[in-house]
Amino acid sequence: MDEAAGSHEDHSELSEIELRVRALESILVEKGYVQSAAIDALADTYEAKIGPRNGAQVVARAWSDPAFREWLLSDANAAIGSLGFSGRQSEHMIAVENTPEEHHLIVCTLCSCYPWAVLGLPPVWYKSAPYRSRAVMDPRGVLEDFGVHLPATTSIRVWDSTAEVRYMVIPKRPDGTDGWDEQQLAELVTRDSIIGTGEALKPDRAGAEAVAP
Amino acid sequence: MNGGQDLGGMMGFGPVEPEPDEPTFHADWERRVFGLAIGLGASRAWNLDMSRHAREGIDPADYLSSTYYEIWTAGLERLLLDAGLVTADELAEGKALVQPVPVAGVLEAENVPAAMARGSSTERTVPDPARFAVGDDVRTRVMHPTGHTRLPRYARGKLGVIERLNGAHVLPDTNAHGQGENPEWLYTVRFTGSELWGQDSDPSLVVSIDAWESYLEPA
Repeated sequence: MDEAAGSHEDHSELSEIELRVRALESILVEKGYVQSAAIDALADTYEAKIGPRNGAQVVARAWSDPAFREWLLSDANAAIGSLGFSGRQSEHMIAVENTPEEHHLIVCTLCSCYPWAVLGLPPVWYKSAPYRSRAVMDPRGVLEDFGVHLPATTSIRVWDSTAEVRYMVIPKRPDGTDGWDEQQLAELVTRDSIIGTGEALKPDRAGAEAVAP
Repeated sequence: MNGGQDLGGMMGFGPVEPEPDEPTFHADWERRVFGLAIGLGASRAWNLDMSRHAREGIDPADYLSSTYYEIWTAGLERLLLDAGLVTADELAEGKALVQPVPVAGVLEAENVPAAMARGSSTERTVPDPARFAVGDDVRTRVMHPTGHTRLPRYARGKLGVIERLNGAHVLPDTNAHGQGENPEWLYTVRFTGSELWGQDSDPSLVVSIDAWESYLEPA
């Protein structure tokens, strides 16, 4: 078997689904139900335009501006919308805040509900059986999978997104960031910290895990 | 329905495995089927709840062994067949064989940013006041509908407390079956870990779900 054939065989399952989706698109385009350019535009929106940078800006503003933080906690839709982030899969937002006493974690056990306008599309693990099954029963164990060791003195609060309400977590502001401006602070805010499976980066790690656009 | 999608509290799937620097899509076909599924929403041949129900109707063994976008592909095919937009022969042949049926709309590429920014609110007005208030004790109903519901199995028949009132929203249980939006008050209901999982539960754990009024009884 030559190398090319070998690699094809490794991807035989992918090829089958690839053919299936290709056939689907060609039928639907031919029948005039959808335009290929619109499919490109939809995918491009979440690959290049809408992602966790949005959420990082929301958090950085909340850390910097006490009035905005209050607004975000009391009327998240309006506060997030004021930064230009709103729309599909984020129509009914609620923001919750991590403290030393309480840690919040977001999950959708029934499917993949996620605040698209704030974080983009969810990562594979968020949609996967290991996370969806365990987050509501053993959230501390799930956090350990992410390398987050929650002190026993911190209680844990899990939000299962079973309706069209979408949640975001305001992570704890890291120590040693006094005087940082919003742009610098946003560099510390990871996607996972807004889901509650991570914490904001320490100041010396700014940019080490820069979030995708 | 008690399908493969209702995962809360299942065991044996192993650890969560985050992928560093994960791309938005892992293959071009995932981009295409994402765009197809979202784009076809403009046809209004189905609604959000119907699309969820189409995915959870997949055989549980298939659901649990499929990737996320494989589930989307199977769900989309089911919706297209049920709505009469494509035929089984067309899917089998991979080409259009019969005339298209009229649809409510087709999403134009230039309208994508506006459509995504607009979203689609499920909040509605209802004539009756909310039955429950923040702080009320409630018990979730024990029910096992064969159709769609958003009350997960782990949270049925459980004692909880109303934490928030979230307005009135379209009821998925009827909307998924073309039986009307029937909006109801939607509550965030919190439960202790021990109520959900028994005495071995993390004593500091509190879990909430969002529950429509008809999912709840006074306690």
